[in-house]
Amino acid sequence: MEFVTRFKNALFLVTVLLAQAIALAMQVRGPATGTEPTGQRVRLIRVWSIATVSPFERAVHAISSGVRNTWFNYIDLRHARQENDALKRQIAQMRLDEAAIAEDALQDRRLQAMLQFRQRYVGSTVAAQVIGASASDQSHVLTLDKGSNDGLKPDMAVISPDGIIGKIREVGPTTSLVVEINDQTSGAGVILESTRIRGILRGTVAGRVQIGNLTADSRIKPGEHVLTSGGDQVYPRGLPVGVIEKIEPDPDHQPYMAISIKPAADLNRVEEVLVITGMQSELSEQAQQDLLAAQAKRAADMSAEKLPGIHDGQPQDGAAGTAAPPAATEESVKVPRPLPVVHPDRYSPGSTPPASNLTPGAAGVSQQNPVPANSGKSGSAAPAQQETQ
Amino acid sequence: MRETLTLESMVTRSYMSRREAEQQSFHLLAAVLIPAVAILLQVLLPRISPRLAIVDLPLIVTLFFAVSRRSPIAGTATGAAIGLLQDLLSGMPVGVNGMAKSVVGYAAASLGSRIDVENSATRAVLTFGFSLLQSVLLYLIQRHLLEIHGFHVLWLHELVRAIVNLLVGIPVYLLLDRWKRQE
Repeated sequence: MEFVTRFKNALFLVTVLLAQAIALAMQVRGPATGTEPTGQRVRLIRVWSIATVSPFERAVHAISSGVRNTWFNYIDLRHARQENDALKRQIAQMRLDEAAIAEDALQDRRLQAMLQFRQRYVGSTVAAQVIGASASDQSHVLTLDKGSNDGLKPDMAVISPDGIIGKIREVGPTTSLVVEINDQTSGAGVILESTRIRGILRGTVAGRVQIGNLTADSRIKPGEHVLTSGGDQVYPRGLPVGVIEKIEPDPDHQPYMAISIKPAADLNRVEEVLVITGMQSELSEQAQQDLLAAQAKRAADMSAEKLPGIHDGQPQDGAAGTAAPPAATEESVKVPRPLPVVHPDRYSPGSTPPASNLTPGAAGVSQQNPVPANSGKSGSAAPAQQETQ
Repeated sequence: MRETLTLESMVTRSYMSRREAEQQSFHLLAAVLIPAVAILLQVLLPRISPRLAIVDLPLIVTLFFAVSRRSPIAGTATGAAIGLLQDLLSGMPVGVNGMAKSVVGYAAASLGSRIDVENSATRAVLTFGFSLLQSVLLYLIQRHLLEIHGFHVLWLHELVRAIVNLLVGIPVYLLLDRWKRQE
């Protein structure tokens, strides 16, 4: 008893540490997937904690958003209408471009269907706002203002228009916790755009993003774009991840290389994100309409190239007018003709009568082609020629 | 006679200081709200600028309560509570920061009951030292207890973090001193 009284402080510390070590061991043994009892308990406590803090985060976010909106919506609105028109035009053009790309993708999909691959498209998304960040410098997580009430679930991909952000780890009724791709515990399947080399993307302690499971390869160069491969069953295939920034040997994992990636999305300045809540094997209705429009436009363009138009044969100005006409047409129109002779004789082109006018054995010429006066045989031949006609 | 008086006054003052120190406590509302606000700010500050994530406000508050109360049990409990809440809100395994801050709270309270921690210079040295101690503890827990093989610590970054915590801690301590209550 005296021992306990004397060392009560140290015993209390040891008890607290022991309890937490056991809790840690249970979490490591059964990760917080929600299926294990320990994971479920930890998940619940975490969700409750986030739910407790999130009202304050929402309040602060609302106040800061209000101040920002006041500035951007009322004070800094110069040229907004012109920008709006320009953006509308840009969107229309981008939709056509996207549809053209989708057509190529459709062909790719047909080939994949032949090989019994299964392609998944982004079916539905939920827009969410970031209301909080990590409470520790050693982890990179975000708190979103949407949760299970909005259809969000763990392991859903979180993206922005620039690229992927991360995936959802914990979901509460009105909030959710997102692990960014630069967190040490994150991972994503990626593919290099031009070389088609697959790798695994991981976060580092310094908050950077790198591929660490590839050996040295001369084809991998800085500047190459990195896309999601779709192999992790979290991120859809083909989403931008970033650009290769640096390639250097990994001192801890020889002979692998540490390929540093500059993320396409600014992970430090994420405000609004899209959570991919549904995947589908068919394109969306809007995308299909755009695709049909693009196909019709392409067909019209191809027809216009092949069929003769009302402007054919007329000189065209500009760049089109300088273009060389087709070689076959040129050949069919321009038949080589001899130059006119100055002193015609019987050998001159055109002086020979048609074969149908000639009489076998007669060495005469037609009257339309008078011969020189010194030719004595031509006078006797003329009546015979007229008779035959 | 004069020397006797001086010695007597010093002993009295020392006794009063220690007694005052032992009697320092906080209103329950302050004891709950201050750590909560620190963690909330820790969550919100990186939204303003990612560089602000280097400041460890929960650590500063843990140190403040530990050295003020001068009770190792209270320091351990405060550190554990703040650390666990930090773990819950950072997506890390629950217990990593909890264990580290429990040790920091215990050590700071033990030290606070032996030396004078009321002046800013001592507080600055304490903050710097315990910030580095926490980095070492976090490294040991994650590398050796959780066996995360790819886990690394950028020690220069941790040194900068300790200096930043020191610089931020001094005005924060002065601000939090107003919440102290004499019983």
